[in-house]
Amino acid sequence: MHEWALADAVITTAKKVAKEENLIKVTEIVVKIGELQTISREIFNTALQQVLKDAPELFENVECKLEIEPAGFKCMNCGHEWLFCDVKKKLDDDETESIHFIPETAHVFLKCPACKSPDFEIAKGRGIWVDSIEGEK
Amino acid sequence: MDPRINVVEKRLEKVGRIIAVAGGKGGIGKSTVASLLALVLADSNQKVGLLDLDFTGASTHIILGIDNFHFPEEDEGIIPPKLHGISYITIANFTQDHATPLRGQDITNAILELLAITRWDELDYLIIDMPPGINDTTLDIIRLINNIEFCVVTTPSKITTGVVKKSVELLEELDVPILGVIENMTYPTIHYAKETFPKCYLGTIPFDETYEEAIGDTEKLLETTIAKTLRNFTVICDKMC
Repeated sequence: MHEWALADAVITTAKKVAKEENLIKVTEIVVKIGELQTISREIFNTALQQVLKDAPELFENVECKLEIEPAGFKCMNCGHEWLFCDVKKKLDDDETESIHFIPETAHVFLKCPACKSPDFEIAKGRGIWVDSIEGEK
Repeated sequence: MDPRINVVEKRLEKVGRIIAVAGGKGGIGKSTVASLLALVLADSNQKVGLLDLDFTGASTHIILGIDNFHFPEEDEGIIPPKLHGISYITIANFTQDHATPLRGQDITNAILELLAITRWDELDYLIIDMPPGINDTTLDIIRLINNIEFCVVTTPSKITTGVVKKSVELLEELDVPILGVIENMTYPTIHYAKETFPKCYLGTIPFDETYEEAIGDTEKLLETTIAKTLRNFTVICDKMC
């Protein structure tokens, strides 16, 4: 599962921030994941728990909050806006899997529902980011 | 903050030298040099990876004769499949070789995603096939990969030389190491690269009529003048092998 690699990125970032901020313990990590990553919350949480074991003292009793941001698009050609959840059922398994690995391949498999253009902006719900890290000094 | 940036170095920690094959213009042979360099190094028992970052014009799979696209194996990330002795990642694995119309920010995100989730095994060299010009990919690679080196391809053309010169000047300004400039598809009477890039000129690759026929067949590719020239580049060999 490549969720592990992303969970590893989150925990590596938390360790870096803890070092920079002189935290002896990280108490809370808030992670936001774009819906377009099509990542299972359960699998990602399992991966996070595995990676956390690398630094048990720093992350003892840490609370990891995971939020999924809905993905939405805006057509650069006609200005139409639409949501990923409205079109994802039309994707076949391979197309869904491609977007799961590399979300930007949405441009290969999705078109603007209004004008059929592949030239659209992923307006929200892409990528993964660490929203906040709390800890004790 | 984007956590993916913080694991790029970790994902590449087992890789020796990382060489971006770049050039100012399209059609000058960057993908050919990148693919054949990887092939020649693999044939010399070096551990080699090839990463095709020319998302909108990916072609290394055509050169290497790969037309069967599978998702890479997953194990705490994605594991580059080994093809012709080369650990290989291309966007074509994920697009099933369809057109990939990406704008700048999408290119940056796709590069970052690939670098963050790909687990390169121990490699002597990772060769990166770059898109033409100075663009998002060039700037991202310089930003994200600390030990990147550039191998710049040009052709015996005033147009190409003029554009490539600007790329080389920018790399020099940014203090990015340049392995050298290779003049591809040369013929005996013109030597723009030698005159224009005296400090980093590596040599020439003559125009090879057999290349087109060899595309897709790695054994034939290794017999081309291009492959033999790359193998015999003494400066490259001194620096690389």
